[in-house]
Amino acid sequence: MAKPKLALYWAASCGGCEIAVLDLHEKILDVANAFDIVFWPVALDFKYSDVRAMEDKSIDICLFNGAIRNSENEEMAHLMRDKSKLVVAFGACAHEGGIPGLANLTTKDAILKWVFKDSPSTVSNNGTYPQTHTRMPEGEIEIPEMWETVKALNQVIDVDYYIPGCPPQPDQIWGVIEYILSGQPMPAKGATLGAGDKTCCEECPRERKEKKLKQFFRPYEIISDPNECLLDQGIICLGPVSRSGCGALCPKANIPCRGCYGAPPNCPDQGAKMVSAISSVIDAHEPEEIEKILDQIVDPLGTFYRFSVPQSILRRVEKI
Amino acid sequence: MVNVKIDGKEVQVPQDTSILKAAEKAGIWIPTMCHNNLIEPYGVCRLCSVEVVRGKRSRVVTACNYPVREGIVVNTNSEKIKWIRKIIMELMLSRWPNVKVVKDIAQQLGIETPRFESLEKDEASDACILCGMCVNVCRDLVGASILGFVNRGIKREVVLPFNEQSDKCIVCGACAQVCPTGHIKMVIEDYKGKKPEFTLGPKTAIYVPSMQAVPRVPVIDTQSCIHFQTGGCETCAKVCEPLAINYKMEDEIVEVDVGQILVVTGYGIFDATQMAQYGYGRYDNVYSSLEFEMLVNSTGPTGGKVVMKNGEEPRAVGIIHCIGSRDTNYHPYCSRVCCMYALKFAHLVHDRTDAAIYQFYIDMRAFGKGYEEFYSRLLDEGITMIRGKAAEIVEAPRLNGSDGNLLIRCEDTLIGKFREIPVDMVILCNAMEPQRDSDTVRRLFSISKSPDGFFLERHPKLDPTATTTEGVFIAGCAQGPKDIPDTVAQASAAAARILSLICKGEVEIDPVRAMVQDDYCSGCRICNNLCPYGAIDFIVDKKLSHVNEALCKGCGTCVAACPSSAMTGHGFTDAQILAELEGLIS
Repeated sequence: MAKPKLALYWAASCGGCEIAVLDLHEKILDVANAFDIVFWPVALDFKYSDVRAMEDKSIDICLFNGAIRNSENEEMAHLMRDKSKLVVAFGACAHEGGIPGLANLTTKDAILKWVFKDSPSTVSNNGTYPQTHTRMPEGEIEIPEMWETVKALNQVIDVDYYIPGCPPQPDQIWGVIEYILSGQPMPAKGATLGAGDKTCCEECPRERKEKKLKQFFRPYEIISDPNECLLDQGIICLGPVSRSGCGALCPKANIPCRGCYGAPPNCPDQGAKMVSAISSVIDAHEPEEIEKILDQIVDPLGTFYRFSVPQSILRRVEKI
Repeated sequence: MVNVKIDGKEVQVPQDTSILKAAEKAGIWIPTMCHNNLIEPYGVCRLCSVEVVRGKRSRVVTACNYPVREGIVVNTNSEKIKWIRKIIMELMLSRWPNVKVVKDIAQQLGIETPRFESLEKDEASDACILCGMCVNVCRDLVGASILGFVNRGIKREVVLPFNEQSDKCIVCGACAQVCPTGHIKMVIEDYKGKKPEFTLGPKTAIYVPSMQAVPRVPVIDTQSCIHFQTGGCETCAKVCEPLAINYKMEDEIVEVDVGQILVVTGYGIFDATQMAQYGYGRYDNVYSSLEFEMLVNSTGPTGGKVVMKNGEEPRAVGIIHCIGSRDTNYHPYCSRVCCMYALKFAHLVHDRTDAAIYQFYIDMRAFGKGYEEFYSRLLDEGITMIRGKAAEIVEAPRLNGSDGNLLIRCEDTLIGKFREIPVDMVILCNAMEPQRDSDTVRRLFSISKSPDGFFLERHPKLDPTATTTEGVFIAGCAQGPKDIPDTVAQASAAAARILSLICKGEVEIDPVRAMVQDDYCSGCRICNNLCPYGAIDFIVDKKLSHVNEALCKGCGTCVAACPSSAMTGHGFTDAQILAELEGLIS
């Protein structure tokens, strides 16, 4: 029997998800043994044309990481969908839009203007902006077109499964691979693999008390108690509103959870839920006092929606 | 019990009773000068000397401290005794000729003028006669031991330590109380140095709060009770025949398991010192309504007489309505009872004095059964009604420096004129307001308050005694200002509601409840102190939050706050609400 075919692709991502796969260490050899890796641009030399040449649905599993940011990402997403039996949104960017998704809080024009004109490190370029098609002496060159809006993978193509995390933890990736290799029946379509059903708090060893928040701190502003809940100490930790699975890595290292594993099951909107939760436990009665406490939260959108703007009910800003 | 014969009378008394007490029982008078039941007998004045005959022996002893023995015969009026008493009284009278107790006893013994001439003659009527009762009471009863004797013989006198003011004196007044001549006096002065004719409020450390108090038992003010300051005294315990006074009683917390609670914590009274323009607390004769109520009470300090602080009857009395109520600076609501009690006050003042009575009102609200009729009757009695809230009260001193009267300045809106009304006494109709600790009580029972601060009923018309917390009911002024008939009606209704549930034995609860899905709860404890009904517990060993369904009212606060969406409302899940929204949008 032929080995199942595996493809890995990266769209708008930092590459961390690929590294997470490599972080399987020697187990990567088991992966190579078990699968026939047919496409993995970061590690193996395949061309897009090789994929196009494949028959439809000839790839068994495609691990697709990264958000959909430009025309190339989108084209490849459709291509991988056509060629693969199962497409897995791998990592926070493919899952919910991730860090690139924060670009939805501004506009394409504003980004280009800042990067190519206004930023202090840019030498004035006489109004030159990247063009999709440029004529050079050697001929015309083409670069992908940047979209106005960053999208999660499932906003572009049909996605079978999700493996959350920024990046997904290697042990969780291995768990999923082991499960697939075991030949057990796969869960229902749309399921989240490699994560728990509870929240980060479940795995966090810190002691939690009844919450009454009078002041917020950024992590550098306070020496936190290593045994007490970070949120109890006024550090905004998205643990209560993030899926378990990572083993509470950040809180164990004295850093608040950033919410990369996404919203827990049933939770319609991670950021909105956290806003609702935090505002419920602010211990103040006077409007001015509440206002003062809330002012201590720096960049609320970026804090509460760090990984989930494209998938949230907010989606994007209309104008800035 | 022993048998004693006093002046031929047989009397049976317990062993060790003093002869004085035995004689008292036999109805025989023995003069005393240094004896007081509160103090151990001292035997210093020797006036109670009697002759005791036991077998063939006869001795002269002091009756106050000589204990009786079986079969003794006492002569209190023999020639020898008469002679001794006469000498003693002559000596005393020669030294203190004008002291009333000395003169009285001398007169009773038939002494007109003493045969002696004293070198230390003291003509004062309140001279110290060195009976030592003050020294003894201070040492034995109060336990302060401040007073003591110095010097001997005719130079003997009672002094404070080193003859100076001492802060060890607790100013209890026991010495003044026992002093037979008035040499020691307690002077009560107000802050202006005036001696008030009467004081409102208790005058002793143990007192019955009011004659209407339920239960009508005395309470001890531990701040001013001698026993609680020095450990001594215990006079009240000594005189209390049923031995009902127990100084060791302490506040205790008693836990009672109940199914339903009726919160009837009543109201507080608006502190009129906040409205400086009315001079309450500054002027002697500006009273709050409750103070006036105490004054006109027949068991009050003046026995119900309406008098001013200087003891004179007022010539004119002003009654000012709406102090702190119907006033956007303080309480915007109407206190509802003031109009009627103001009319009652007017009636009582009219009944008991010849004073002219002025009522300063904004609107008359005689809304209850028989109230309007009472108002009409008062108008017939001839009180002056001035429509307009008094602006201020000022003092109008007289030229000769004596106490002036008060001047009420106001606008009479019916004639459209500014008026100044001179009065001797002012009664302020203070607003009813929520008890100062009502917020604490409210949180304790998880009930809400209305904007005015009073406890909030579940429905103003259809459920005026229940609260939003199951099993907690409210009645009376805790729910809002109301008069006695309304209070009784509401309290009866609340009692009936409670009884109806007790009779049933079980309660029905609404199906809309919050519920924790254990599979999704990670115990972050965000919800734990949000519940206004205290229905959420944290199960420590399972690290899960849990909703007590009997307490939950389905308000949804916890559901909205739950970050992991583990908390859901039965019938109001996120999925249902989102589906509804989709339906609306489509």
